[in-house]
Amino acid sequence: MGLIVRFRSAVSLLGRFPALAGVDLDVGAEEVVLLHGPNGAGKTTLLRACAGLVAIGAGEAQVLGHDLRHDRRGVRRRVGLLGHASGLYDDLTVEDNLRFSARAAGHPASAADAAMTRLGLDGRLRQVRVGRLSAGQRRRTAIATVVARRPELWLLDEPHAGLDAGGRDLLDTLVGEAVSNGATVVLASHELERANGLATRRLLVAGGRVVDGLLGADRSDQPDGAENKADQADGPVKQAEHVA
Amino acid sequence: MLRDAGLVAAKDLRVELRSRVATNQVVPFAVLVLILFAFALDPDRGILGRAAAGLFWVTVLFSAVLAIQRSFAIEADDDARDSLRLSGLDGAGVFLGKAAAVALELLMLEAVLAVGVVVLYDVSLHDGALLVLVCLLATVGIAASGIVYGVVAAGLRVSDTLLPLLVLPVLAPVLLAATRASEAALATVPGDAWPWVRLLAVFATIYTVFGVVAFGPLLEEA
Amino acid sequence: MTTASRATRILGVATLASLAVTAWLALVVSPADVNQGDAVRLLYLHAPTAWLAMYLSFGVTTLASILYLWPRTRSRLWDLVAGASAEVGVLFIGLTLAVGSIWGRTTWGVWWTWDARLTSTAVLFVLYLGYLAVRRVPADPLVRSRRAAIVALAAFIDVPIVHQAVEWWRTLHQPATIFDERRLLDPRIHGTMLWTLLLSVVAFTLLYAWLLIHRVRLARMEELVDDRELADALAERRAEGAAATSAPDEMPGLVPERSGAGVD
Repeated sequence: MGLIVRFRSAVSLLGRFPALAGVDLDVGAEEVVLLHGPNGAGKTTLLRACAGLVAIGAGEAQVLGHDLRHDRRGVRRRVGLLGHASGLYDDLTVEDNLRFSARAAGHPASAADAAMTRLGLDGRLRQVRVGRLSAGQRRRTAIATVVARRPELWLLDEPHAGLDAGGRDLLDTLVGEAVSNGATVVLASHELERANGLATRRLLVAGGRVVDGLLGADRSDQPDGAENKADQADGPVKQAEHVA
Repeated sequence: MLRDAGLVAAKDLRVELRSRVATNQVVPFAVLVLILFAFALDPDRGILGRAAAGLFWVTVLFSAVLAIQRSFAIEADDDARDSLRLSGLDGAGVFLGKAAAVALELLMLEAVLAVGVVVLYDVSLHDGALLVLVCLLATVGIAASGIVYGVVAAGLRVSDTLLPLLVLPVLAPVLLAATRASEAALATVPGDAWPWVRLLAVFATIYTVFGVVAFGPLLEEA
Repeated sequence: MTTASRATRILGVATLASLAVTAWLALVVSPADVNQGDAVRLLYLHAPTAWLAMYLSFGVTTLASILYLWPRTRSRLWDLVAGASAEVGVLFIGLTLAVGSIWGRTTWGVWWTWDARLTSTAVLFVLYLGYLAVRRVPADPLVRSRRAAIVALAAFIDVPIVHQAVEWWRTLHQPATIFDERRLLDPRIHGTMLWTLLLSVVAFTLLYAWLLIHRVRLARMEELVDDRELADALAERRAEGAAATSAPDEMPGLVPERSGAGVD
């Protein structure tokens, strides 16, 4: 099966700052890839790039078969990005926001209703304006917008932040369900204990590059020393199957 | 495209319905401007009546700038612009939806202002149908060009000061044409309104087409 | 480094020379007008700047913006040319309005009237000031260039509409006796005046070209500086990455003996 994400020496500029300074990354289908690393390393930019929100200035970048250097827009309907900001309209209710989100992606309003139920946003909460929700509830609403879109690629940026224990467990369950339904997940997190349990692969992002991000035949092209580090990272993380 | 436009227009109008910014802030602002003109122009000398059409449209233009800024401020909420880009909605559809929402808000504002002008400036109406036509065409032009420039200015730190500078010169011909045509409708200055109406129609068409083409790419740029 | 070159030096000399000859013709040789007196001499300055600004400068800005936006011809050069041409154009229009105002004061007795041409010109001035404002906005340079190009197009589309509207509204401008471009060769323009006018157009066109070339080169140099800074930033970023890789954060979940030993 083809790669879901394929980046080669991808460079992305935010203004004059090279947020991504030559990323090599492969993500195969139904993988759960965890990105970790210091603040400012480029994890958020990398996730946004996979969503087609950020222009790729040099190198190659393909997501779900779309070439991001020429057509960033086509891929957006197929991915779901959960960012730091909720991306919700504060003046609208939970229900309004979710229905808009679902219908914009081409799904019926029932997909929104199902997502609300799944995230425990039923009943009274449906009619509350997002601006009035607590941070945790907003997070759940944001997650619900991703769920309602039924994306093939989930891009989660610090997904557990702001959620209570029940919410975190729910998110983990949702990720598991998504993968068993054929989706692929890339997440960035500082909460390594919890995220390790989910991830099939764990990658360090630093200085706008990904350490040992490739699968299969291209692995030998890695910069010196990088291979050893990932190999040493065993423990609860399952080793990825190397795709030939 | 039209389906997307409908979704976006409904969303924008729903936000307005829930937040009531236009009704609570923009409309009172507009009425206030009418009153300020009366202070500035001395109601006893008959100037207000003669200038009524012009003052009406100037007020509409200033209020339109506020309405357009509000239209984009909605998306600035918690980075909804990103989610708008991610939504998969067609750029042209977003343009038409936003322009339609702003146009509707402006039309309602104009209705209120028309009553205001009749009452405050003591004018009488000669040709109502013409006035309605002028308002419709002018409003479409204002909304279309406004949304185009709105997205150019949106997301920039200086957007509040940049938007009026960009959009008001472009709207100068609309002001001219709408005022002359309205004057004919109010019969304060009898004259042939039809060339002006044609100009308004041309302006509205050109900027609607321009917006449909240019809005998507403009929204892209972060 | 300098923006001058052999070509621009020659151009510069030609510009100066033609401006000097124009000045001599305008101030000394050509006759005063029957009606306007010596004030007519101002028109040798006013008319060319007006035409050049409106047609040449903003025409170039529009054309360059289109070329910049069109994928097949896209190049930073067009963006720089569009901006430089608009700057020169705004300068010329400002000059046009100022000189025209002085001329108006001496002949019509007022600093300003709301006739069609003047009003259109004033609106044009503000339209392009808006364009220049967009170019100076603090934002990602590529974003800014793209938006500026689209604003240039929108402004250009507006120009004929403004002209038409204002034309219908008022038509009192200099009733096109001498300086109507359609009737340039009208016998009402007397010999020397005609030649002076033509020469002044040539002189100002050369001036436009000279200013444009220098301004574009200057902008180019600014971009080179930016590119160099970018290369430095890229190198720094990668170094930061190497540093982080050799001393990664403590990772819970790693088998305990490895922490500290897992780094080179």
